[in-house]
Amino acid sequence: MKYAIASEKVRRTFAKQIEKISGERISLCYQCGKCSAGCPVAYAMDYLPSQITRFAQLGMVEKLMGSSTIWICASCKTCSVRCPRGIELAKIMDAFRILAKRQGIVPKGQIAPLFDGIFLGSIEKYGRLHEMGLISKLNIASGRPFKDLSLLPIMLRKGKIRFVPEKVNSPREVRNLIRKVEELESK
Amino acid sequence: MKVAYYPGCALHATAKEYDDSCQLVFKELGVELQEVPGWICCGATPAHLTSHLLGVALPCKNLILADEMGLDTVIAPCAACFNRLKVADQEVKEDLELKKDVEKVLGRPYSGRVEIKHPLEIIVQDIGLEKVRKMVRRELEGLRVASYYGCLLVRPPEAVSFDDPEDPQSLDNLVTAIGGEALPWAFKTECCGASFSLSETDIVFQLSGEILNEAVEAGAECVVVACPLCQSNLDLRQKAIEKRYRKRINLPVLYFSQLLGLALGMNMRELGLLKHMVDPTKLLEKTLV
Repeated sequence: MKYAIASEKVRRTFAKQIEKISGERISLCYQCGKCSAGCPVAYAMDYLPSQITRFAQLGMVEKLMGSSTIWICASCKTCSVRCPRGIELAKIMDAFRILAKRQGIVPKGQIAPLFDGIFLGSIEKYGRLHEMGLISKLNIASGRPFKDLSLLPIMLRKGKIRFVPEKVNSPREVRNLIRKVEELESK
Repeated sequence: MKVAYYPGCALHATAKEYDDSCQLVFKELGVELQEVPGWICCGATPAHLTSHLLGVALPCKNLILADEMGLDTVIAPCAACFNRLKVADQEVKEDLELKKDVEKVLGRPYSGRVEIKHPLEIIVQDIGLEKVRKMVRRELEGLRVASYYGCLLVRPPEAVSFDDPEDPQSLDNLVTAIGGEALPWAFKTECCGASFSLSETDIVFQLSGEILNEAVEAGAECVVVACPLCQSNLDLRQKAIEKRYRKRINLPVLYFSQLLGLALGMNMRELGLLKHMVDPTKLLEKTLV
């Protein structure tokens, strides 16, 4: 395998970007692999969490951002608890996803980022999550319109899901909150 | 004792029985719950995976609402909400720049006065299991329970800090206090797949399948949880997991508040025990004396 290691400048800039978002320093990692050993979803990733950290240290941004790993991370924080260097890797994984979304380089076919967008759209509209709306929109957006449909009757019967969303009194306040965050972050 | 109550979105929908049973149990224990007026979603995982500031601002907004009620403690039964409230509070207290940004977004100062607790913490630490034990009306006669904590109740300990992150004990101690048998097992804090329930369901089948399998191997008759996402993944997805592994599991997944409510003398219907996918009623009828 041939990998191109980025220049010192690219590496530094990327490390700083990550540190600004997450408050964590990727340079601290000494590649012990404990995060990968304990990761419950490592089996579904194309690169292990410790490999991703190494890519980050070497400034291999494209390789890292194109991996399935950053979208498969379940935010369970097992790595953060076990890291002997005190790195909260789960926060760094957050930062990778935030950067990818900001730069519009989310790989096609990843369903988790679709879920995030539809979820936030729901709370922007109502102030609270409307689960039924989330499920139906996600299923359509991900091209699986009939997914989980067989569970619907029993969930309705047991009163576990509702057609009508619950709204807070002033959903506009939540919308404004989200707008203000976007404004502040675009500066 | 009076505390602010932040139910979160799940407790008003898929986890209604968690809401109901928490309210009933706390009333019985002499703790008055006052719902935070106009609470909004904490942003859950999607917010902190999209914008760090948004992931902190949404919980802080709710904490300000709780503060305005004049109460010093807020409880959040959903482990995911609990985690987001705790982490946001900690980050804002440690990072003045972030605090400034959050206050700019919310247009209000953040005092950080309100203490965030999980209901389990109130029961085990503030009320105390000694008192709980004295209030038990029906012992759960040796019911074999696998206590499942999941991720967000115990990790990271620097922020949530009320139990051990690798081998927590609070649920086990509660189970023992009400007459059940808390089994030793290795999957207490493994991940169930959490927010992948809808997006990457195969991961949930895999992870939750392993957890259920381990619980069965340990000899459990039921699993007890403290999070609506864990409950939903282990219970609602159990049938599909059985199909996938071609194995009968049939393991009821109960909230700790339901189990405690039963011991305190409440009935199954009011505790929402008829709402689960895997029917726990036969097992519980056999157990209660």
